[in-house]
Amino acid sequence: MLGLNKADTRLYVIILIMLIFAPFILNPFPDGSSLAQFNAGYPDMMQKLVIFGIFAVGFNILFGLTGYLSFGHAAFLGVGSYAGVWMMKLLTMNVIPALILSVLAAGALSLIIGFVSLRRSGIYFSILTLAFAQMCYSLAYSVLTPITGGETGLQLSLDDPRVIGTSQTASGNIPVPHFFGIEMGQGITIDVGAWSFVFNFGYYFAATVFALAMFLAIRLFRSPFGLMLRAVKSNQSRMSYTGLSSRPYALAAFVISGMYAGLAGGLMVAMDPLAGAERMLWTASGEVVLMTILGGAGTLIGPVLGAGVIVYLESIISTINEAVLHGWFSGLPAWLDSVFVTIIKPFVGEGWHLLLGAVFMLVVIFLPGGIVEGGQRLGRLFRRDGARGRKNGAPKNGAPKNGTDSAEQPGE
Amino acid sequence: MGILEVTGVNKKFGGLQALGDVNLDVAEGSCHAIIGPNGAGKSTLLNCLVGKLMPDSGSVTFQGKNLLGLKPHEINQLGISRVFQTPEIFGDLSVMENMLIPCFARRDGSFRLHAFETVAREKSLNDEAEQMLAEVNMLEKRNMQASSLSRGDKRRLEMAMCLVQKPKLLLLDEPTAGMARADTNNTIELLKDIKDRLHITMAIIEHDMHVVFSLADRITVLAQGTPLVEDVPERIKGHPKVREAYLGEAQV
Ligand SMILES: Nc1ncnc2c1ncn2[C@@H]1O[C@H](COP(=O)(O)OP(=O)(O)OP(=O)(O)O)[C@@H](O)[C@H]1O
Ligand SMILES: [Mg+2]
Repeated sequence: MLGLNKADTRLYVIILIMLIFAPFILNPFPDGSSLAQFNAGYPDMMQKLVIFGIFAVGFNILFGLTGYLSFGHAAFLGVGSYAGVWMMKLLTMNVIPALILSVLAAGALSLIIGFVSLRRSGIYFSILTLAFAQMCYSLAYSVLTPITGGETGLQLSLDDPRVIGTSQTASGNIPVPHFFGIEMGQGITIDVGAWSFVFNFGYYFAATVFALAMFLAIRLFRSPFGLMLRAVKSNQSRMSYTGLSSRPYALAAFVISGMYAGLAGGLMVAMDPLAGAERMLWTASGEVVLMTILGGAGTLIGPVLGAGVIVYLESIISTINEAVLHGWFSGLPAWLDSVFVTIIKPFVGEGWHLLLGAVFMLVVIFLPGGIVEGGQRLGRLFRRDGARGRKNGAPKNGAPKNGTDSAEQPGE
Repeated sequence: MGILEVTGVNKKFGGLQALGDVNLDVAEGSCHAIIGPNGAGKSTLLNCLVGKLMPDSGSVTFQGKNLLGLKPHEINQLGISRVFQTPEIFGDLSVMENMLIPCFARRDGSFRLHAFETVAREKSLNDEAEQMLAEVNMLEKRNMQASSLSRGDKRRLEMAMCLVQKPKLLLLDEPTAGMARADTNNTIELLKDIKDRLHITMAIIEHDMHVVFSLADRITVLAQGTPLVEDVPERIKGHPKVREAYLGEAQV
């Protein structure tokens, strides 16, 4: 389909189905039940999942394929956000021009930063990108305050000059972002028994952009260009004696991944038109590195899974506090309750970073290939059992369905 | 006038004169062997040809074009491929991918943003890569990861990667070191065949005299960075200076 091979098409169709049905899939627990707080099927959360998915998929094009580890990609995310808000302030609340400017602005910045940083490799490259991103962050807080809004951040106001459209709505409010008239906040809620599923237009718009970004990434992985990027990672010396110039390949990968980051930044402000400098902070750059490694660097679906896990942990686990914990264990004897709460408490609420750190450590030590490698090992286990089952003359249920495990095939 | 001309090349590493006034003239379509004891400067000479090292003085021209100062990828794009003494391959990639990279490099030049093609759909390049793999008897290993190959297989892969580029000049630095006898003989046959069929000029460094005398049209003997003699194989065999240089290291 569309130039994808069989396995990739299957992976892509599974992704599309997951995207479409996310409001159901992420909302398995009935409202009002004690498990409802683990639901992730609300608009904010789903938007965040696909937006960080785009960020991680783009980052993986640089890090996963060429091996250049950038610690400054949050700068491109931030610049994308600022550019998007400015487009909405000056031109129109339609999100398409905003996204285009976000991508172009991030592309231009990544061209400059990449050009300089790629003169070095390894740790020096990482440090250079980190330094550049921190410079962008400081600039946003200081001399660039007129453009970035400094500490308060950049937001829409009632007197924006907006060329196409109005500065204020008839009722005197700030207009909201829309896609050719369909507002991002629009949506319908369907109540089924104790469940309530929210279908939010903003999410479906972001999911469509994600689907496009993912499609481009798959094509790029399978292209001669993608092959050259993997050659950059593998042996730059052999590359040059084979007549290939590795620097422009690495730079192109850097700019493309910067543009993905800009797109993610633009989508953030399309959902919520507010951009702050903290989006450029080094911790944000580090987060996308964690996502990619956690999921499986260099694989197609890994970074998306990594982004999913981290965004979910951050949003859901950080809301669990001591009172909630006591609620869970209220049926137990008081002493057992306090034992459990004491053990779990450091890992939830404010301490969710501790949980993330523990998960990250376990994955890196036991599954260096990330979540994807875990999936593959499971898949192999099932397949082996399946083969044995067939040999023993139990062909009916012995053969495994190549469902989930093949969805996690690496990009090689 | 040879296709490759090296005149008065000098290279010093600190106090060590690795190359001292080296002249070399490789005729088009011929196979020129460079022999000499360990540390004679043979690899250093090749390094000066492919842009890895800059000689202190002298000139290197290929088809009349000056090579000094060009980048390695520019030199390769002129039609010079090199097999290294320690195999240089893309270890993380599969054997077939290793073959495809030089194919694309030959077709598309040193850089192209071909992000919307699909590697698997470039039929003619895939066929060419497979054909060359078959010629070095490695087709059945096409899906293996290159770093897991044996040393001899790595060498054969690297040679296939260079040959599939259809270079005008092929530089070989000990191409049969680490190979079993049978593979060495296959390699000799392959190189002979390539030379006759595709008219690829070759410069080969080799310690195995069987290989040298099977392939070479002319031989240069290098010792301590200086060419001792240059002649046809028949006259090199019994040359007293050559015996002296090798001190019985090899049976010449
Ligand atoms: N980059 C370098 N820096 C310093 N010295 C070097 C360098 N490269 C080579 N040499 C020295 O130059 C001399 C010639 O080395 P070269 O590798 O050219 O020898 P060779 O003829 O290829 O030997 P072998 O048959 O062992 O491969 C050696 O003494 C070596 O130690
Ligand atoms: Mg050598």
